[in-house]
Amino acid sequence: MTVELNSGTKRAIRVNAADNVATLLDEVAGGSVTIYGPEEPLEIQALEPIAHGHKIALDALPASAPIVKFGVPIGVSTAPILRGQWVHLHNCRSQVDERSSHFDLKTGAAKDTPYA
Amino acid sequence: MPDQPWQGYLRPDGRKGIRNLIVVIYTVECASFVAHAIGQGEEDVHVIGFPGCYDNAYAVRQMLALITHPNVGACLAVGLGCEYTQPAKLADAAMASGRPCDWFYIQDAGGTEAGIAKGKAALRCLREKLATATARVSMSWNDLTVGAECGGSDGTSGLAGNPVVGRFFDFLIDRGGSAVFEEIVEMIGLRNVLKARAANPQVARQLEAAYTKAEEYCRAVRQYSVSPGNVAGGLTTIEEKSMGAFAKSGSRPIQGVLRVSEPVPHPGLWLLDSVPDSHFMQFGYTNPNDTEGIMDLISTGAQIVLFVTGRGSVIGSPIAPLIKVTGNSRTFERMRGDMDFNAGTMLDGRQTLDEAGMSLLNLVGEVASGALTRPEALGHREYFFMYKHQDTPSLAAGCHA
Repeated sequence: MTVELNSGTKRAIRVNAADNVATLLDEVAGGSVTIYGPEEPLEIQALEPIAHGHKIALDALPASAPIVKFGVPIGVSTAPILRGQWVHLHNCRSQVDERSSHFDLKTGAAKDTPYA
Repeated sequence: MPDQPWQGYLRPDGRKGIRNLIVVIYTVECASFVAHAIGQGEEDVHVIGFPGCYDNAYAVRQMLALITHPNVGACLAVGLGCEYTQPAKLADAAMASGRPCDWFYIQDAGGTEAGIAKGKAALRCLREKLATATARVSMSWNDLTVGAECGGSDGTSGLAGNPVVGRFFDFLIDRGGSAVFEEIVEMIGLRNVLKARAANPQVARQLEAAYTKAEEYCRAVRQYSVSPGNVAGGLTTIEEKSMGAFAKSGSRPIQGVLRVSEPVPHPGLWLLDSVPDSHFMQFGYTNPNDTEGIMDLISTGAQIVLFVTGRGSVIGSPIAPLIKVTGNSRTFERMRGDMDFNAGTMLDGRQTLDEAGMSLLNLVGEVASGALTRPEALGHREYFFMYKHQDTPSLAAGCHA
Protein backbone atom coordinates (compact mmCIF):
# COMPACT_ATOMS: atom_id res chain seq x y z
CA MET A 1 0.00 0.00 0.00
CA THR A 2 1.46 3.36 -1.02
CA VAL A 3 -0.06 6.62 0.10
CA GLU A 4 1.00 9.65 -1.89
CA LEU A 5 2.44 12.66 -0.16
CA ASN A 6 -0.17 15.24 0.60
CA SER A 7 -0.45 17.45 -2.49
CA GLY A 8 -3.89 18.86 -1.89
CA THR A 9 -5.68 15.59 -2.62
CA LYS A 10 -7.91 14.51 0.27
CA ARG A 11 -6.89 11.02 1.37
CA ALA A 12 -8.34 8.13 3.36
CA ILE A 13 -7.14 4.60 4.18
CA ARG A 14 -9.10 1.38 3.82
CA VAL A 15 -7.15 -1.14 5.94
CA ASN A 16 -8.72 -4.38 4.69
CA ALA A 17 -10.44 -5.24 1.40
CA ALA A 18 -13.53 -6.32 3.40
CA ASP A 19 -13.89 -2.86 5.06
CA ASN A 20 -16.97 -0.75 4.32
CA VAL A 21 -15.40 2.37 5.92
CA ALA A 22 -12.08 4.22 5.41
CA THR A 23 -10.21 6.54 7.81
CA LEU A 24 -9.55 10.13 6.74
CA LEU A 25 -5.92 11.31 6.71
CA ASP A 26 -7.03 14.88 5.94
CA GLU A 27 -9.96 17.10 6.90
CA VAL A 28 -12.63 17.19 4.20
CA ALA A 29 -15.31 19.83 3.77
CA GLY A 30 -17.02 17.51 1.27
CA GLY A 31 -16.21 16.47 -2.29
CA SER A 32 -13.57 14.18 -3.73
CA VAL A 33 -11.58 11.80 -1.47
CA THR A 34 -9.00 9.27 -2.70
CA ILE A 35 -9.22 5.93 -0.88
CA TYR A 36 -5.91 4.09 -0.55
CA GLY A 37 -5.68 0.50 0.63
CA PRO A 38 -5.01 -3.09 -0.40
CA GLU A 39 -6.65 -2.41 -3.78
CA GLU A 40 -6.12 0.26 -6.48
CA PRO A 41 -6.80 3.82 -5.29
CA LEU A 42 -10.47 4.71 -5.62
CA GLU A 43 -12.17 8.09 -5.66
CA ILE A 44 -15.42 8.74 -3.83
CA GLN A 45 -17.44 11.85 -2.96
CA ALA A 46 -17.70 12.91 0.69
CA LEU A 47 -21.30 14.07 1.27
CA GLU A 48 -20.48 16.20 4.33
CA PRO A 49 -17.51 17.59 6.31
CA ILE A 50 -15.46 14.80 7.96
CA ALA A 51 -12.54 15.37 10.39
CA HIS A 52 -9.05 13.85 10.26
CA GLY A 53 -9.04 10.36 11.85
CA HIS A 54 -12.79 9.91 11.33
CA LYS A 55 -14.49 7.40 9.03
CA ILE A 56 -16.23 7.72 5.66
CA ALA A 57 -18.70 5.08 4.37
CA LEU A 58 -17.46 3.29 1.24
CA ASP A 59 -20.79 1.54 0.59
CA ALA A 60 -24.45 2.38 1.10
CA LEU A 61 -25.61 0.47 4.19
CA PRO A 62 -29.05 -0.27 5.65
CA ALA A 63 -29.72 0.07 9.39
CA SER A 64 -28.46 -2.83 11.59
CA ALA A 65 -25.61 -3.67 9.18
CA PRO A 66 -22.12 -4.51 10.43
CA ILE A 67 -19.59 -1.65 10.12
CA VAL A 68 -16.36 -3.37 9.05
CA LYS A 69 -12.84 -1.94 9.61
CA PHE A 70 -9.54 -3.89 9.91
CA GLY A 71 -11.61 -6.74 8.35
CA VAL A 72 -13.70 -7.19 11.52
CA PRO A 73 -17.09 -5.78 12.61
CA ILE A 74 -16.35 -2.75 14.81
CA GLY A 75 -20.00 -1.83 15.31
CA VAL A 76 -23.54 -1.89 13.91
CA SER A 77 -25.27 0.86 11.90
CA THR A 78 -28.19 2.47 13.74
CA ALA A 79 -29.63 4.19 10.62
CA PRO A 80 -29.30 3.82 6.85
CA ILE A 81 -25.93 5.23 5.72
CA LEU A 82 -25.14 6.63 2.26
CA ARG A 83 -21.85 6.08 0.45
CA GLY A 84 -19.66 9.09 1.33
CA GLN A 85 -21.32 9.89 4.66
CA TRP A 86 -19.51 10.33 7.99
CA VAL A 87 -19.74 7.18 10.15
CA HIS A 88 -19.62 7.85 13.90
CA LEU A 89 -21.75 7.72 17.06
CA HIS A 90 -24.83 9.19 15.32
CA ASN A 91 -25.19 6.20 12.98
CA CYS A 92 -22.99 3.44 14.48
CA ARG A 93 -23.04 1.76 17.91
CA SER A 94 -20.78 -0.71 19.72
CA GLN A 95 -21.95 -4.31 20.01
CA VAL A 96 -20.85 -4.40 23.68
CA ASP A 97 -20.43 -0.89 25.15
CA GLU A 98 -23.70 0.93 25.88
CA ARG A 99 -22.24 4.01 27.65
CA SER A 100 -19.94 5.34 24.91
CA SER A 101 -22.79 5.25 22.37
CA HIS A 102 -24.27 8.27 24.18
CA PHE A 103 -21.12 10.44 24.23
CA ASP A 104 -21.31 13.87 22.60
CA LEU A 105 -20.95 13.46 18.84
CA LYS A 106 -18.47 16.33 18.38
CA THR A 107 -16.46 16.49 21.62
CA GLY A 108 -16.84 12.90 22.82
CA ALA A 109 -17.73 14.18 26.31
CA ALA A 110 -19.77 11.85 28.51
CA LYS A 111 -23.21 13.32 29.21
CA ASP A 112 -24.48 11.01 31.96
CA THR A 113 -22.52 12.29 34.98
CA PRO A 114 -24.25 15.08 36.96
CA TYR A 115 -22.03 18.10 37.72
CA ALA A 116 -24.63 19.97 39.76
CA MET B 1 24.15 -0.04 13.96
CA PRO B 2 21.14 -1.21 16.01
CA ASP B 3 22.69 -4.66 16.47
CA GLN B 4 25.84 -3.41 18.25
CA PRO B 5 25.97 -4.36 21.95
CA TRP B 6 25.92 -1.53 24.49
CA GLN B 7 27.13 -1.09 28.08
CA GLY B 8 24.56 -1.68 30.81
CA TYR B 9 24.60 -2.17 34.58
CA LEU B 10 24.93 -5.65 36.11
CA ARG B 11 22.96 -6.23 39.34
CA PRO B 12 24.10 -8.74 41.97
CA ASP B 13 21.02 -10.87 41.13
CA GLY B 14 22.18 -11.13 37.51
CA ARG B 15 19.63 -8.73 36.01
CA LYS B 16 20.89 -6.14 33.56
CA GLY B 17 19.71 -2.53 33.57
CA ILE B 18 20.01 0.37 31.12
CA ARG B 19 19.86 3.03 33.86
CA ASN B 20 21.56 3.10 37.28
CA LEU B 21 18.92 4.53 39.59
CA ILE B 22 18.28 4.87 43.31
CA VAL B 23 14.60 4.55 44.20
CA VAL B 24 13.09 6.35 47.18
CA ILE B 25 9.84 4.55 48.01
CA TYR B 26 7.26 5.72 50.55
CA THR B 27 4.82 3.35 52.17
CA VAL B 28 1.87 5.68 52.80
CA GLU B 29 0.65 9.03 51.41
CA CYS B 30 1.59 10.68 54.74
CA ALA B 31 5.28 10.05 53.92
CA SER B 32 5.09 11.33 50.33
CA PHE B 33 6.10 14.95 50.99
CA VAL B 34 9.27 13.96 52.84
CA ALA B 35 10.09 11.29 50.23
CA HIS B 36 9.79 13.81 47.39
CA ALA B 37 11.86 16.37 49.32
CA ILE B 38 14.58 13.72 49.78
CA GLY B 39 14.61 13.09 46.01
CA GLN B 40 14.57 16.80 45.12
CA GLY B 41 17.66 17.82 43.13
CA GLU B 42 19.08 14.28 43.06
CA GLU B 43 19.43 13.42 39.40
CA ASP B 44 19.77 9.64 39.80
CA VAL B 45 16.90 9.35 42.29
CA HIS B 46 13.33 8.44 41.33
CA VAL B 47 10.53 8.67 43.90
CA ILE B 48 7.55 6.30 43.93
CA GLY B 49 5.15 5.26 46.67
CA PHE B 50 1.86 3.71 47.66
CA PRO B 51 -0.84 6.04 48.98
CA GLY B 52 -2.88 3.64 51.11
CA CYS B 53 -2.45 3.08 54.85
CA TYR B 54 -3.86 -0.45 54.69
CA ASP B 55 -1.53 -2.85 52.95
CA ASN B 56 -2.55 -5.01 50.00
CA ALA B 57 -0.76 -8.08 48.64
CA TYR B 58 -1.03 -6.91 45.03
CA ALA B 59 0.43 -3.47 45.81
CA VAL B 60 3.22 -4.89 48.00
CA ARG B 61 4.14 -7.34 45.22
CA GLN B 62 4.37 -4.42 42.81
CA MET B 63 6.55 -2.36 45.21
CA LEU B 64 8.90 -5.36 45.54
CA ALA B 65 9.07 -5.85 41.77
CA LEU B 66 9.93 -2.18 41.24
CA ILE B 67 12.66 -1.82 43.89
CA THR B 68 14.38 -4.91 42.43
CA HIS B 69 13.88 -3.78 38.82
CA PRO B 70 16.94 -4.15 36.53
CA ASN B 71 17.30 -0.35 36.18
CA VAL B 72 17.34 0.08 39.98
CA GLY B 73 20.65 -0.24 41.82
CA ALA B 74 19.72 0.87 45.33
CA CYS B 75 16.65 1.67 47.40
CA LEU B 76 15.60 3.86 50.33
CA ALA B 77 12.22 3.04 51.92
CA VAL B 78 10.55 5.84 53.89
CA GLY B 79 7.54 5.30 56.15
CA LEU B 80 5.64 7.61 58.45
CA GLY B 81 5.57 5.09 61.29
CA CYS B 82 1.97 4.01 61.78
CA GLU B 83 0.97 2.49 58.39
CA TYR B 84 0.45 -1.20 57.60
CA THR B 85 3.03 -1.47 54.77
CA GLN B 86 6.47 -2.04 56.28
CA PRO B 87 9.45 -0.16 54.83
CA ALA B 88 11.86 -2.49 56.69
CA LYS B 89 10.43 -5.50 54.83
CA LEU B 90 10.81 -3.71 51.49
CA ALA B 91 14.43 -2.88 52.35
CA ASP B 92 15.04 -6.52 53.36
CA ALA B 93 13.80 -7.72 49.98
CA ALA B 94 16.02 -5.26 48.12
CA MET B 95 18.93 -6.36 50.35
CA ALA B 96 18.22 -10.03 49.54
CA SER B 97 18.58 -9.17 45.85
CA GLY B 98 22.05 -7.76 46.63
CA ARG B 99 21.06 -4.11 46.22
CA PRO B 100 22.31 -1.56 48.78
CA CYS B 101 19.29 -0.29 50.72
CA ASP B 102 18.16 1.56 53.82
CA TRP B 103 14.91 2.53 55.50
CA PHE B 104 13.54 4.70 58.31
CA TYR B 105 10.34 6.05 59.86
CA ILE B 106 9.80 9.83 59.75
CA GLN B 107 8.33 9.74 63.26
CA ASP B 108 11.53 8.15 64.62
CA ALA B 109 13.74 10.59 62.68
CA GLY B 110 12.04 13.58 64.33
CA GLY B 111 9.67 14.90 61.68
CA THR B 112 9.88 16.63 58.32
CA GLU B 113 13.21 18.49 58.47
CA ALA B 114 15.07 15.76 60.33
CA GLY B 115 13.53 13.12 58.02
CA ILE B 116 14.66 14.97 54.89
CA ALA B 117 18.19 15.38 56.33
CA LYS B 118 18.32 11.69 57.30
CA GLY B 119 17.09 10.69 53.85
CA LYS B 120 19.64 12.90 52.05
CA ALA B 121 22.44 11.41 54.17
CA ALA B 122 21.19 7.88 53.40
CA LEU B 123 21.23 8.71 49.67
CA ARG B 124 24.88 9.82 49.81
CA CYS B 125 25.79 6.55 51.49
CA LEU B 126 23.76 4.44 49.03
CA ARG B 127 25.31 6.26 46.07
CA GLU B 128 28.82 5.49 47.32
CA LYS B 129 27.98 1.81 47.78
CA LEU B 130 26.34 1.72 44.35
CA ALA B 131 29.41 3.25 42.69
CA THR B 132 31.70 0.56 44.07
CA ALA B 133 29.26 -2.38 43.75
CA THR B 134 27.96 -1.85 40.20
CA ALA B 135 29.75 -3.54 37.33
CA ARG B 136 29.23 -2.45 33.75
CA VAL B 137 28.16 -5.25 31.44
CA SER B 138 27.75 -5.73 27.72
CA MET B 139 24.07 -5.90 26.76
CA SER B 140 22.29 -6.83 23.56
CA TRP B 141 18.72 -7.30 22.39
CA ASN B 142 18.34 -10.64 24.18
CA ASP B 143 18.89 -8.85 27.52
CA LEU B 144 16.14 -6.35 26.80
CA THR B 145 12.45 -6.40 27.71
CA VAL B 146 10.33 -3.66 26.15
CA GLY B 147 6.74 -2.90 27.11
CA ALA B 148 4.09 -1.18 24.99
CA GLU B 149 1.05 0.82 26.00
CA CYS B 150 -1.22 3.20 24.13
CA GLY B 151 -3.20 6.17 25.38
CA GLY B 152 -4.80 9.30 24.01
CA SER B 153 -5.53 7.20 20.93
CA ASP B 154 -7.07 8.59 17.76
CA GLY B 155 -7.84 7.36 14.25
CA THR B 156 -4.09 7.25 13.42
CA SER B 157 -3.09 5.03 16.37
CA GLY B 158 -4.45 1.85 14.78
CA LEU B 159 -3.17 2.81 11.32
CA ALA B 160 0.39 3.91 12.11
CA GLY B 161 1.48 4.28 15.78
CA ASN B 162 0.52 0.80 16.97
CA PRO B 163 1.42 -1.07 13.73
CA VAL B 164 4.93 0.48 13.79
CA VAL B 165 5.38 -0.59 17.44
CA GLY B 166 4.13 -4.05 16.39
CA ARG B 167 6.73 -4.22 13.61
CA PHE B 168 9.42 -3.12 16.10
CA PHE B 169 8.24 -5.92 18.45
CA ASP B 170 8.66 -8.43 15.58
CA PHE B 171 12.24 -7.16 14.98
CA LEU B 172 13.05 -7.26 18.72
CA ILE B 173 11.70 -10.81 19.17
CA ASP B 174 13.54 -12.02 16.05
CA ARG B 175 16.75 -10.74 17.74
CA GLY B 176 16.06 -12.74 20.91
CA GLY B 177 14.45 -9.95 22.94
CA SER B 178 11.30 -9.88 25.07
CA ALA B 179 8.19 -7.81 24.42
CA VAL B 180 5.22 -7.24 26.71
CA PHE B 181 1.92 -5.63 25.73
CA GLU B 182 -1.11 -5.14 27.91
CA GLU B 183 -4.55 -3.50 27.88
CA ILE B 184 -6.56 -6.68 27.49
CA VAL B 185 -9.61 -4.45 28.17
CA GLU B 186 -8.71 -2.93 24.80
CA MET B 187 -9.04 -6.30 23.11
CA ILE B 188 -12.78 -6.45 23.69
CA GLY B 189 -14.41 -7.88 20.58
CA LEU B 190 -11.24 -9.73 19.51
CA ARG B 191 -11.59 -13.11 21.28
CA ASN B 192 -10.82 -15.15 18.16
CA VAL B 193 -8.15 -12.77 16.80
CA LEU B 194 -6.33 -13.04 20.16
CA LYS B 195 -6.62 -16.83 20.44
CA ALA B 196 -5.28 -17.27 16.90
CA ARG B 197 -1.96 -15.74 18.06
CA ALA B 198 -1.29 -18.32 20.79
CA ALA B 199 2.06 -20.16 20.61
CA ASN B 200 0.35 -23.44 21.59
CA PRO B 201 -3.04 -24.83 22.76
CA GLN B 202 -2.20 -24.26 26.44
CA VAL B 203 -1.52 -20.56 25.76
CA ALA B 204 -4.76 -20.39 23.74
CA ARG B 205 -6.64 -21.53 26.87
CA GLN B 206 -4.82 -18.90 28.98
CA LEU B 207 -5.69 -16.17 26.47
CA GLU B 208 -9.31 -17.31 26.33
CA ALA B 209 -9.58 -17.23 30.14
CA ALA B 210 -7.94 -13.79 30.37
CA TYR B 211 -10.19 -12.44 27.61
CA THR B 212 -13.36 -13.80 29.24
CA LYS B 213 -12.38 -12.29 32.59
CA ALA B 214 -11.75 -8.86 30.99
CA GLU B 215 -15.06 -8.92 29.11
CA GLU B 216 -17.00 -9.91 32.24
CA TYR B 217 -15.17 -7.27 34.28
CA CYS B 218 -15.99 -4.45 31.84
CA ARG B 219 -19.62 -5.57 31.76
CA ALA B 220 -19.79 -5.71 35.57
CA VAL B 221 -18.33 -2.21 36.13
CA ARG B 222 -20.18 -0.87 33.05
CA GLN B 223 -17.06 0.87 31.80
CA TYR B 224 -15.14 0.10 28.63
CA SER B 225 -11.79 1.60 27.73
CA VAL B 226 -13.05 4.34 25.40
CA SER B 227 -12.41 7.95 26.37
CA PRO B 228 -14.02 11.19 25.17
CA GLY B 229 -10.74 12.08 23.42
CA ASN B 230 -10.78 8.78 21.52
CA VAL B 231 -14.27 9.59 20.23
CA ALA B 232 -13.31 13.16 19.28
CA GLY B 233 -10.31 11.68 17.44
CA GLY B 234 -12.53 9.50 15.27
CA LEU B 235 -12.77 6.21 17.16
CA THR B 236 -16.45 5.25 17.39
CA THR B 237 -16.52 1.99 19.37
CA ILE B 238 -14.40 -0.12 21.73
CA GLU B 239 -14.21 -2.79 19.01
CA GLU B 240 -12.58 -0.26 16.64
CA LYS B 241 -10.17 0.93 19.33
CA SER B 242 -9.39 -2.70 20.20
CA MET B 243 -8.29 -3.63 16.68
CA GLY B 244 -6.03 -0.58 16.61
CA ALA B 245 -4.60 -1.27 20.06
CA PHE B 246 -3.96 -4.94 19.30
CA ALA B 247 -1.82 -3.94 16.30
CA LYS B 248 0.98 -3.02 18.73
CA SER B 249 1.46 -6.73 19.48
CA GLY B 250 2.97 -7.24 16.02
CA SER B 251 2.69 -10.66 14.43
CA ARG B 252 4.77 -13.12 16.47
CA PRO B 253 3.17 -15.90 18.57
CA ILE B 254 2.12 -15.04 22.15
CA GLN B 255 4.13 -17.10 24.65
CA GLY B 256 1.75 -16.72 27.58
CA VAL B 257 -0.16 -14.45 29.94
CA LEU B 258 1.75 -12.61 32.71
CA ARG B 259 0.20 -11.14 35.84
CA VAL B 260 1.29 -7.76 37.21
CA SER B 261 4.75 -7.94 38.89
CA GLU B 262 5.52 -11.33 37.33
CA PRO B 263 8.89 -11.26 35.53
CA VAL B 264 9.07 -12.37 31.90
CA PRO B 265 9.93 -16.12 32.04
CA HIS B 266 11.72 -16.35 28.69
CA PRO B 267 12.16 -14.20 25.55
CA GLY B 268 9.34 -13.68 23.08
CA LEU B 269 5.99 -11.90 23.10
CA TRP B 270 3.87 -11.82 26.28
CA LEU B 271 0.44 -10.47 27.15
CA LEU B 272 0.20 -8.76 30.55
CA ASP B 273 -3.15 -9.25 32.29
CA SER B 274 -3.79 -6.43 34.77
CA VAL B 275 -7.52 -7.11 35.23
CA PRO B 276 -8.46 -7.86 38.86
CA ASP B 277 -9.40 -11.42 39.79
CA SER B 278 -12.57 -12.07 41.71
CA HIS B 279 -12.34 -10.74 45.31
CA PHE B 280 -14.80 -9.68 47.99
CA MET B 281 -13.36 -6.12 47.96
CA GLN B 282 -14.25 -5.44 44.26
CA PHE B 283 -11.42 -2.97 43.66
CA GLY B 284 -13.04 -0.86 40.91
CA TYR B 285 -11.85 0.02 37.41
CA THR B 286 -9.14 -2.17 35.97
CA ASN B 287 -6.94 0.47 34.24
CA PRO B 288 -8.04 3.85 35.61
CA ASN B 289 -5.37 5.76 33.64
CA ASP B 290 -2.39 5.20 31.32
CA THR B 291 0.21 5.64 34.06
CA GLU B 292 -1.20 2.69 36.00
CA GLY B 293 -0.76 0.46 32.93
CA ILE B 294 2.78 1.74 32.30
CA MET B 295 3.78 0.95 35.91
CA ASP B 296 2.29 -2.55 35.45
CA LEU B 297 4.51 -3.08 32.39
CA ILE B 298 7.59 -1.83 34.26
CA SER B 299 6.80 -4.27 37.08
CA THR B 300 7.42 -7.19 34.67
CA GLY B 301 11.04 -6.01 34.38
CA ALA B 302 10.66 -3.97 31.17
CA GLN B 303 13.70 -1.66 30.98
CA ILE B 304 11.99 0.56 28.36
CA VAL B 305 8.32 1.24 27.62
CA LEU B 306 6.89 2.53 24.34
CA PHE B 307 3.83 4.74 24.67
CA VAL B 308 1.73 5.29 21.56
CA THR B 309 -0.35 8.47 21.66
CA GLY B 310 -2.20 9.80 18.64
CA ARG B 311 -3.69 12.83 20.37
CA GLY B 312 -0.56 13.62 22.38
CA SER B 313 -0.16 12.62 26.03
CA VAL B 314 2.53 14.43 28.05
CA ILE B 315 3.26 11.75 30.67
CA GLY B 316 6.55 10.03 31.47
CA SER B 317 7.46 7.29 33.93
CA PRO B 318 9.94 6.58 36.72
CA ILE B 319 12.39 3.61 36.66
CA ALA B 320 12.05 2.72 32.95
CA PRO B 321 12.34 5.42 30.24
CA LEU B 322 9.13 6.07 28.31
CA ILE B 323 9.52 6.52 24.53
CA LYS B 324 6.66 8.59 23.14
CA VAL B 325 5.43 7.44 19.72
CA THR B 326 2.68 9.14 17.74
CA GLY B 327 1.09 8.07 14.47
CA ASN B 328 -0.25 11.58 13.98
CA SER B 329 2.21 13.92 12.19
CA ARG B 330 0.17 16.95 13.32
CA THR B 331 0.51 15.89 16.96
CA PHE B 332 4.23 15.32 16.41
CA GLU B 333 4.67 18.87 15.10
CA ARG B 334 2.32 20.48 17.65
CA MET B 335 3.90 18.72 20.66
CA ARG B 336 7.43 18.32 19.29
CA GLY B 337 9.02 18.76 22.73
CA ASP B 338 7.10 15.79 24.16
CA MET B 339 7.36 13.32 21.28
CA ASP B 340 10.26 10.95 20.57
CA PHE B 341 9.11 9.27 17.37
CA ASN B 342 6.78 10.09 14.49
CA ALA B 343 5.19 6.94 13.04
CA GLY B 344 2.96 9.24 10.98
CA THR B 345 5.68 9.25 8.29
CA MET B 346 4.11 5.96 7.20
CA LEU B 347 0.75 7.66 6.54
CA ASP B 348 2.48 10.54 4.74
CA GLY B 349 4.10 8.04 2.38
CA ARG B 350 7.60 8.96 3.61
CA GLN B 351 8.43 5.54 5.14
CA THR B 352 7.17 1.98 4.79
CA LEU B 353 6.07 -0.01 7.84
CA ASP B 354 9.37 -1.93 7.81
CA GLU B 355 11.42 1.27 7.54
CA ALA B 356 9.51 2.93 10.38
CA GLY B 357 9.86 -0.23 12.54
CA MET B 358 13.61 -0.27 11.89
CA SER B 359 13.91 3.45 12.75
CA LEU B 360 12.16 2.71 16.04
CA LEU B 361 14.56 -0.19 16.69
CA ASN B 362 17.45 2.27 16.19
CA LEU B 363 15.88 4.73 18.64
CA VAL B 364 15.34 2.01 21.27
CA GLY B 365 19.00 1.03 20.84
CA GLU B 366 20.07 4.63 21.46
CA VAL B 367 17.86 4.92 24.57
CA ALA B 368 19.21 1.60 25.87
CA SER B 369 22.72 3.05 25.35
CA GLY B 370 21.89 6.05 27.53
CA ALA B 371 20.22 8.66 25.30
CA LEU B 372 17.45 10.44 27.23
CA THR B 373 13.88 10.21 25.98
CA ARG B 374 11.81 13.41 25.80
CA PRO B 375 9.87 12.58 29.01
CA GLU B 376 13.18 11.86 30.79
CA ALA B 377 14.68 15.15 29.59
CA LEU B 378 11.57 17.04 30.72
CA GLY B 379 11.65 15.36 34.15
CA HIS B 380 8.31 13.52 33.79
CA ARG B 381 8.08 10.70 36.37
CA GLU B 382 4.36 10.12 36.86
CA TYR B 383 3.40 6.99 38.79
CA PHE B 384 0.15 5.50 40.04
CA PHE B 385 -0.44 2.46 42.26
CA MET B 386 -3.75 1.15 43.43
CA TYR B 387 -5.43 -1.39 45.61
CA LYS B 388 -6.22 -4.44 43.51
CA HIS B 389 -6.34 -8.22 43.76
CA GLN B 390 -4.82 -10.84 41.49
CA ASP B 391 -4.48 -14.56 42.22
CA THR B 392 -0.72 -14.50 41.70
CA PRO B 393 2.05 -16.71 42.97
CA SER B 394 4.52 -14.82 45.17
CA LEU B 395 7.11 -12.68 43.42
CA ALA B 396 9.91 -14.94 44.63
CA ALA B 397 8.17 -17.99 43.15
CA GLY B 398 7.79 -16.08 39.89
CA CYS B 399 11.51 -15.26 39.85
CA HIS B 400 12.42 -18.92 40.15
CA ALA B 401 9.96 -20.03 37.44
